[in-house]
Amino acid sequence: MGQSRLWRAVRRLADGALTVAITLLGLVALTFFIGRIVPIDPVLTIVGEKAPQAVYDRVFIELGLDKPLYEQFFVYLGEVIRGDLGTSFVTTRPVIVDIGRFFPATFELATLGIVLGIILGVPAGVVAAVNREKWPDHLIRVIGLIGYSVPIFWLSLMALLVFYARLEWVGGPGQLDISYQYSYTRVTGLVLVDTAMSGDFAVFANALSHIILPAILLGYYSMAYISRMTRSLMLEQLNAEYVLTARIKGLREAVVVTRHALRNAAIPLVTVIALSYGMLLEGSVLIETVFAWPGLGNYIASSLLSGDMEAVLGGTLVVGAIFVFLNVASDALYRVLDPRSR
Amino acid sequence: MADLTPEQTGARASLAEARWAEFKSFAKRFGRNRLGMIGFSITVLLVVAAALAPWLATHDPYLPSLTARLTPPGAEYWLGSDELGRDIYSRILHGARLTLFIVLLVIVTSAPIGLLVGITAGYFGGWTDRIFMRITDVFLAIPKLLLALAFVAVLGPGIVNAALAITLTAWPPYARLARAETLMIRNSDYVAAIRLAGASPLRIMVRHVAPLCLSSVIVRMTFDMAGIILIAAGLGFIGLGAQPPLPEWGAMIATGRKFIFDQWWVAAMPGLAIFIVCLGFNLLGDALRDLLDPHLRQRP
Repeated sequence: MGQSRLWRAVRRLADGALTVAITLLGLVALTFFIGRIVPIDPVLTIVGEKAPQAVYDRVFIELGLDKPLYEQFFVYLGEVIRGDLGTSFVTTRPVIVDIGRFFPATFELATLGIVLGIILGVPAGVVAAVNREKWPDHLIRVIGLIGYSVPIFWLSLMALLVFYARLEWVGGPGQLDISYQYSYTRVTGLVLVDTAMSGDFAVFANALSHIILPAILLGYYSMAYISRMTRSLMLEQLNAEYVLTARIKGLREAVVVTRHALRNAAIPLVTVIALSYGMLLEGSVLIETVFAWPGLGNYIASSLLSGDMEAVLGGTLVVGAIFVFLNVASDALYRVLDPRSR
Repeated sequence: MADLTPEQTGARASLAEARWAEFKSFAKRFGRNRLGMIGFSITVLLVVAAALAPWLATHDPYLPSLTARLTPPGAEYWLGSDELGRDIYSRILHGARLTLFIVLLVIVTSAPIGLLVGITAGYFGGWTDRIFMRITDVFLAIPKLLLALAFVAVLGPGIVNAALAITLTAWPPYARLARAETLMIRNSDYVAAIRLAGASPLRIMVRHVAPLCLSSVIVRMTFDMAGIILIAAGLGFIGLGAQPPLPEWGAMIATGRKFIFDQWWVAAMPGLAIFIVCLGFNLLGDALRDLLDPHLRQRP
């Protein structure tokens, strides 16, 4: 009995690992094929257009382009597994090093965004579910719909116009004012953490004034999704019989909603939040472009414009892999949190 | 098939009648949904604007006017003029055509691909299912905008290439949807009956399974339209979508970005157009889902 349960757990784990492995392999295959059908000749970018045929041929062979496609794929796969994503010809650094440099800024912004999204979205969803089909529900629904419908880069521009240029409440594009740029040392790459560690409050306040606007915009973007999902999860719970029982017992409505219904809704909500965290990484491509935020999204977008394909594909691969792992992690967390699936 | 017996003609007529009655009751229920009607009106407005753009426009959308550069909104230029003195109102109207073109191109390519993959996977099951769904999952695992960006980088910038790139990212949800529906239909009695009557798998899939997937696919399409417009605008904004001088809304915002602090209308107006159109599609999608979703249909 005990053994068969253990066996089942092991099998499920192996199944899950296999799924992840296959998905990641597919991801690598996708970027490989995108890289292969690119009209940019990788040899010409190295030797230049005026190189003699002999040099061209030598580089062609050195790059392994004479080998069959499947062999090239395995070479590429081996490189990816070793963390070699090629070299960016714009920064002349290995792509993986670049990504390491740009990732913390994206991580910081997206994390602050998701925290704001949870703080705003979960209560909004609960209020909407409790007041179903009444005005708070409609209001929250409309606010969410606006979030789904507005181009985030445009909203960012408008927010910059109003809150930075006109009202002067927040800092502008970039992580810091130029005058503060060199007054702290980069340790973690997270600008709020680094400036706080520098001990100079003025620098920290400046960093905060710069990150707050893009973070609120990302938070709003994820709030639209989180509040909608919270609402439907809560409605599901509020219609359950145990809630009726709790009400008959004479518990106060606030207790029924927060202690009973929300607790049960919280478990699937974890998956929702993980998914919207992944969505924020995507939304960051456009937001970072508008706010000149030195993150991964900005790196990918600017590499695209300069035709730096190794950088683009490397960035896509990393963000895709994070996406996959977020999905897996949320699934695993769901299993741990839900006592029924133990 | 050409000679129908009187019974057959009668059956056809009553079928048509029943469909008409169902449509009428649908229209009536839809009419009661206020937000849905707003969405529907916005959608109609978009189609009208696109169809009648040359007649509704007050200026030539491509003709620069050096004396009228960056004019604020007013009597001459209703929504202001851009950095070359072109009328923004007229450009937005013509841009509606591009928006509609991209959306339709993506929809008519991605939905059939998704249906094909999903129905094949669901109908045959086994290894076909596993392989097809694994591929679908890989596409779903990558953020849409990023994948579209990578594809556009390969295909080169341009409006058709942007639409193709979005198609390549837009089909997987349809495949999942169609597979789920097919799995439910596959083992039903009427499919078994058709199979016993000697119908080929292809005929069963195209004539008897695909039509049943359509209502959920249409709802999904309406929701997707807003997403497609937003991604297309994002590509245009980054500079990989429609190229100047085309009045694509995202690209117009990108030009306006340079003047955002002083001549805000250059970027604000096309963004407002995107926002209103997407809101319309989302409201319409919400209403359609409420009406067509079989789980909610019982609700009074």
